[in-house]
Amino acid sequence: MKIVVCIKQTFDTEAQIALTEGGRIDDHSVLFIVNPCDEHALEEGIRLKEKKGGQVTVVTAGGQTAPKVFQHCLAMGADHAIWVNDPNLNGADSHSYAVVLSRVLQSLEYDLVLCGRESIDDKSSQVPARLAELLDLPQVNLVSALSVDKGKAQATRDIEGGTEIIEVALPAVFSVQKGINEVRYPSLRRVMQAAKMPIKTLSLVDIGLTAKEVVPFSVIEKYVLPKPRKEGKVLSGDLPEVISQLIKHLQEDAKVI
Amino acid sequence: MLIMVFAEQRQGKLRKSVAEALSQGRRMADTSHDRLFVSLIGSGITGLTKELIKYGADEIFFTDDKDLSLYDTERYASILAAAVREIQPNIVLFTHSAMGKDLAPRVAERIGAGLASDCIGMEVTGEEVYFVRPMYSGKILAKVRITTTIKMASLRPNNFPVEEKNGQGQIKEFKVDIPAPRAQVQKVNLQDTARPELTEAEIIVSGGRGLGNADGFQVVAQLADVIGAAVGASRAAVDAGWQTNQHQVGLTGKIVTPKLYVACGISGAIQHLAGMGSSRCIVAVNKDANANIMKVADFAIEADLYSVIPELIKKMVEVKNKS
Repeated sequence: MKIVVCIKQTFDTEAQIALTEGGRIDDHSVLFIVNPCDEHALEEGIRLKEKKGGQVTVVTAGGQTAPKVFQHCLAMGADHAIWVNDPNLNGADSHSYAVVLSRVLQSLEYDLVLCGRESIDDKSSQVPARLAELLDLPQVNLVSALSVDKGKAQATRDIEGGTEIIEVALPAVFSVQKGINEVRYPSLRRVMQAAKMPIKTLSLVDIGLTAKEVVPFSVIEKYVLPKPRKEGKVLSGDLPEVISQLIKHLQEDAKVI
Repeated sequence: MLIMVFAEQRQGKLRKSVAEALSQGRRMADTSHDRLFVSLIGSGITGLTKELIKYGADEIFFTDDKDLSLYDTERYASILAAAVREIQPNIVLFTHSAMGKDLAPRVAERIGAGLASDCIGMEVTGEEVYFVRPMYSGKILAKVRITTTIKMASLRPNNFPVEEKNGQGQIKEFKVDIPAPRAQVQKVNLQDTARPELTEAEIIVSGGRGLGNADGFQVVAQLADVIGAAVGASRAAVDAGWQTNQHQVGLTGKIVTPKLYVACGISGAIQHLAGMGSSRCIVAVNKDANANIMKVADFAIEADLYSVIPELIKKMVEVKNKS
């Protein structure tokens, strides 16, 4: 079974967000990680490979930290890594990335495409569906359980207040989320091996794309800091008194009950 | 601006946040004396048009077919994309829900449109619209400009005010050849609960590691039921197996904006705050006065939650009985 996992490099969740003088996000001195949902996608891909045989290829577009992030993916158990790196991807949006990934995928053989449900930085949750559309493949998003058998997959998709069981013919695109699996820690031996594995680096020209074809559909004009929350009140004293105070505040000041 | 809203429904019930999208669409259409279109897709759904008109629908394109009783990406995307092509709206609005997250980007790519997902605001200046959406766990807001002619956006629930304002209410059947989908829903499992759904709830009571054990959620649920709230959980509580993933609030769980968020025994890690930090009012109950959550809370109670919550339940029952 041939599995492709799409990966995004994201800020570590603890990272402080600061703006440069030009008003853009300052990514110096930020620790980059594999986007957490994508790590679940990779884990799922590796588990399928371990069960059924085959290969796992990780693909990413843009970003400067791909080699480091890929090393982690290879150490986890990916077999191949492809990085599309091109200055024309500065300012790329979900559409641009989907175009790049679709072009890479067109040159590969695959049964499944696995992605994370969203990236924790941008949280757009658009790339998997846009990619599926460009490849004319069925998609199942927000997957919390997946099984594959005889050219078909059965996926559990989370919806509000419950789940759906979906059957889909392969190849198909899936976006997965936390809960689908526990991500492994790579062994030291794998980490050492991964350091020696090659990463295939491609430019837009290499995959047959022009800068015009990856022009984004949306642009971030400006970043602003959210309004800070109002200073809160600490309620203290005798418990029944505290609760009465709280209810009074909720009814009269906050007007929420 | 010609606005179009996708009216999300499941099992013949409109999602609550559809009223929010309609109201927002109505306000935007009104600024330019334009019309508000609605796409309604499903089976046996024509009864829903009344509610759509109440929140401003001028023209409803409905597609009613027994094959559409369950949502599937491919059929719904085909119908919606065809409707968008026919209506040629300036802006298409979705709710940022499981269905919206699945459908909006698929349709956007098909018609070649930019999409701003998970918006909490929109700023209209003349012809230009800026879509405001949180990024980096809500630590920053991005103002997004969409460069394509048709612009799409999905709205985070509980962030856009609802206004009742009757639209013209023309109803039109919109027929499209529906291809058989390659991904088919075999079964829907819905939890049997009277509690509101987490992302649309006005009040949420959440529990964390401080509960000490899974049984603690019984106390949380009791309070939730007394005040008509949904039950949430921190990642720590979910990872401990005390609650299912579906209840997790935070960066890798659900993002919520209730009127009232009651955090019981939650420390307030940055990943949790990312999920609930913009709630209108936050109440925190924690033994540790230095916990992060106590700093963002509007009302912080430094005490044992097992004495605070039962007392709160008691007093709330009294309040309810009085009114």
